[in-house]
Amino acid sequence: MKQLLEWQIATVKSIKPETPKVKTFTVSLPNWLPHRAGQHYDVRLTAPDGYQAQRSYSIASEPERSGEVDLTVERLEDGEVSSYMHDVLIPGDQIEVRGPIGGYFVWDAGMGGPLLLIAGGSGVVPLMAMIRHRASAGSSISTRLLYSSRTPEDVIYFEELDELRKDGRGLEIVHTFTRAQPPGWTGYAMRIDQAMLSEVVRPLGKAPQTFICGPTLLVEAAANGLVQIGVKPSQIRTERFGPTGT
Amino acid sequence: MADRFISRGFIGKRREPEAANRVPPGQHVVSDFPVLSAGPTPRTSLDRWSFTIEGLVRKPTKWTWEEFLKLPTQTFVVDIHCVTKWTKLDTRWEGVSVDTLFEHVELDRKAMYVTAFCDGGYTTNVPLPDIINGQAFVGYNYDGNSLAPEHGGPARLVVPNLYFWKSAKWVRGLRLMEKDRSGFWESLGYNNHGDPWKEERYTGD
Repeated sequence: MKQLLEWQIATVKSIKPETPKVKTFTVSLPNWLPHRAGQHYDVRLTAPDGYQAQRSYSIASEPERSGEVDLTVERLEDGEVSSYMHDVLIPGDQIEVRGPIGGYFVWDAGMGGPLLLIAGGSGVVPLMAMIRHRASAGSSISTRLLYSSRTPEDVIYFEELDELRKDGRGLEIVHTFTRAQPPGWTGYAMRIDQAMLSEVVRPLGKAPQTFICGPTLLVEAAANGLVQIGVKPSQIRTERFGPTGT
Repeated sequence: MADRFISRGFIGKRREPEAANRVPPGQHVVSDFPVLSAGPTPRTSLDRWSFTIEGLVRKPTKWTWEEFLKLPTQTFVVDIHCVTKWTKLDTRWEGVSVDTLFEHVELDRKAMYVTAFCDGGYTTNVPLPDIINGQAFVGYNYDGNSLAPEHGGPARLVVPNLYFWKSAKWVRGLRLMEKDRSGFWESLGYNNHGDPWKEERYTGD
């Protein structure tokens, strides 16, 4: 399997604000290749003197949409590439990318389920590609998304997730808000812990295919917690995402 | 496009000139130590831990944790480069040089490649010439403390000259082989060799 991933010059088709710190960039690709939900693209910026910076961004869109991909990007305070994308890019601009990349943190409807998705913050992005792919493929595999956000306004894709949940095809969304909750909120209002994991996993049985993406602490807590309640480590795939923090 | 592509309006955040020649193309320097793993962090208690060298060696050897700690220790200060684009300069480790380990086992002359194997089932492959002559070690202390489990503790192979996925977390042994055999990420779209200075990130680079 010798696949050469060439850099290509994509065109920014549209930019959609998702939250105060997150935007989705839809880019048209001259050499689009079908991706697998969960994969990412590399973005490379080049200054006039040849200086370059690269980062990886998860694909948010489903592979059924050809010719373009959505890259949902959180603007990091000291981010070199994310701040450029947020502050400078406008529709019609060109941007150099290559992908799709990554062969482990991926899910296709053909892999079956049940499916347990756990997201922290912008870690929801590759999981959204899985959810959108699942919907596009007409799959009704039992799927639960446990999504931890600081506040309600930090939730990415809120309406779309709610619509997909309501279509009765076996997708359930469980939010937890760690800093501020909506008025009258009766759901989870804390960081993910073992009791929460037990409650969320129970309807899926003992052996869900699990994908966890978010900041390190969340990923470690969720993965370790799941192992302790009996989910096999080989069923759990993890990916770190978002600010490197310290 | 005859000319190089320029990103409109991009200047970039430049690094100090002295650091610039220590940072491979496409990488940026971080001050924290990001954690990237494909699955849950394995936990092996030290009384069940061992380190094995097997395959094309005259004296296959297995060390317990206590025995491993008695091997000659060195301090290593190295720059590490992750394929996800971050570079961390001057990381300080204590551990055992791979050269020291190989002195105990006497390599067969046919040995050309090495597979590192780990708790959790992770593997990675490296050509033998890339991990001898002071180029690699098994580290168990980081920055003066025991290596944290999420960073690969109790012990991690460290191969600073290659992208950091080659520095296998939770390493439990090395297998010497005549022929190369792709490891975990090497079978999933990542480069078989992984030299950061040549930007060997993905298959075909």
